[in-house]
Amino acid sequence: MSEHEITLTVDGTEETLTVAARTLLVHALRDELDYTAPKVGCESGTCGACTVAVDGDAVKSCTRLAVQADGSEVTTVAGLADDDLHPIQEAFHEEHGLQCGYCTPGMVMTARELLAETPDPGREEIRAALKGTVCRCTGYHNVVDAVETAADLVETPDAVGVPDHPEGDATDRTTTTEDG
Amino acid sequence: MFPPEFDYRRAETVAEALSLLSDHADRDVRLLAGGQGLVADLKAGAATPDLLVDVGDLTSLAGVTVAADRVTVGALATHAEVATSATVREHAPVLGATAEHVADLQVRNRGTVGGNLAEADPTADLPAAVVAADATLHVRGPEGERTVAATRFFEGEGRTVLGSDELLTGVSLPARTAGAYARETHPATGYAMAGVAATLDVADGVVSAAGVAATGVADRPVRLGTVEERVVGAPVEDVDPAAAAAGAAEPIAADRLVGDAHASGEYRLQLLPTVAERAVEQALEGAAAGGGPA
Repeated sequence: MSEHEITLTVDGTEETLTVAARTLLVHALRDELDYTAPKVGCESGTCGACTVAVDGDAVKSCTRLAVQADGSEVTTVAGLADDDLHPIQEAFHEEHGLQCGYCTPGMVMTARELLAETPDPGREEIRAALKGTVCRCTGYHNVVDAVETAADLVETPDAVGVPDHPEGDATDRTTTTEDG
Repeated sequence: MFPPEFDYRRAETVAEALSLLSDHADRDVRLLAGGQGLVADLKAGAATPDLLVDVGDLTSLAGVTVAADRVTVGALATHAEVATSATVREHAPVLGATAEHVADLQVRNRGTVGGNLAEADPTADLPAAVVAADATLHVRGPEGERTVAATRFFEGEGRTVLGSDELLTGVSLPARTAGAYARETHPATGYAMAGVAATLDVADGVVSAAGVAATGVADRPVRLGTVEERVVGAPVEDVDPAAAAAGAAEPIAADRLVGDAHASGEYRLQLLPTVAERAVEQALEGAAAGGGPA
């Protein structure tokens, strides 16, 4: 069936590839382009281990067709760090916010969006934000500790490393007319 | 899980999307917006279309606007955009309060209002909000635009009045003082076992209009007229949410109940008055505070 040439910017590198319409973004990233940071967990859109940032938004890459992401900027957890760990990664390390680590790419990428929008979240806010990211080791307590610590380490939203959204944020897209 | 094979076309304009639907009328065609329901269905084999028409790039269907006391939400506005929109919070608080309950953060980032409504999942949250809010759904087809009252849009599980050659372009709703959404969520599935959306208009401290609707209980969202009648006309501080919600289950016909392995229809119906009480209580708190739920 139909095939499509798409361009993705993954962790700062522009990649052009041909995908079948049915190819999921996570498989394009892992199998075609060798970006193995997003994990395949439940394969049903529930566990969130495949979470990456697409144009700045945390998205489950198993619930997105690769062709839908054409032209997007994709950031995986591996793209957060340069030589040093990103502050969120550092916080997960310090607080033992992982056991087997399989869910960690999703946890970190989801926490990143939370901290970009809510720099000092409470524990309930952290739990609510991580609803779509499941840890089968059930190590949630330390994960929440890690996000709290990350909030302390991340001093400005810029340090969370969310790239500029090409469409502008939700506020920009909300317009109000004077006769309202 | 790899989806079965299908063809894919991306529409650049609404007119092109409609042409694709008409040109391929002999095939099994599905519209793709955010894909948070459809892509999961493709992987599970629950949907096996020949062709997907991607409308996700139709920027004319995005965003939230307010004019002449009506709020218009484009079909492609995401749940995240609706939940965080100051315009929605001020003028259509029930919609913002409902959108923030949808699924999880990642799904809210890509799932769309139009996709969610067109999917007509009996346990989805937004259908209750648009039915409670007396919303109008805007539909484009080969003959032009038509409008459908939200109360007439849903025809059962996965079924709406949309024709196979039509596209839901947006939803508009009258501005309201206050609104809230409450639900009892199954702890494992994350879906609502019963959800209630409530809107209130308040004039001079008196509830002048109310819209209350349930999801998760019947095969389509249902207006809870018995609750509305006990709220309208009363001063805000005199409304007793428990008394108002006591008859919430009455409008639900037994043959329209839906249930699953987690919660039977009868159990969902039992939950409904309690959930309705919470929704009315939160809407009243919002009205007292001058807007949405605290």
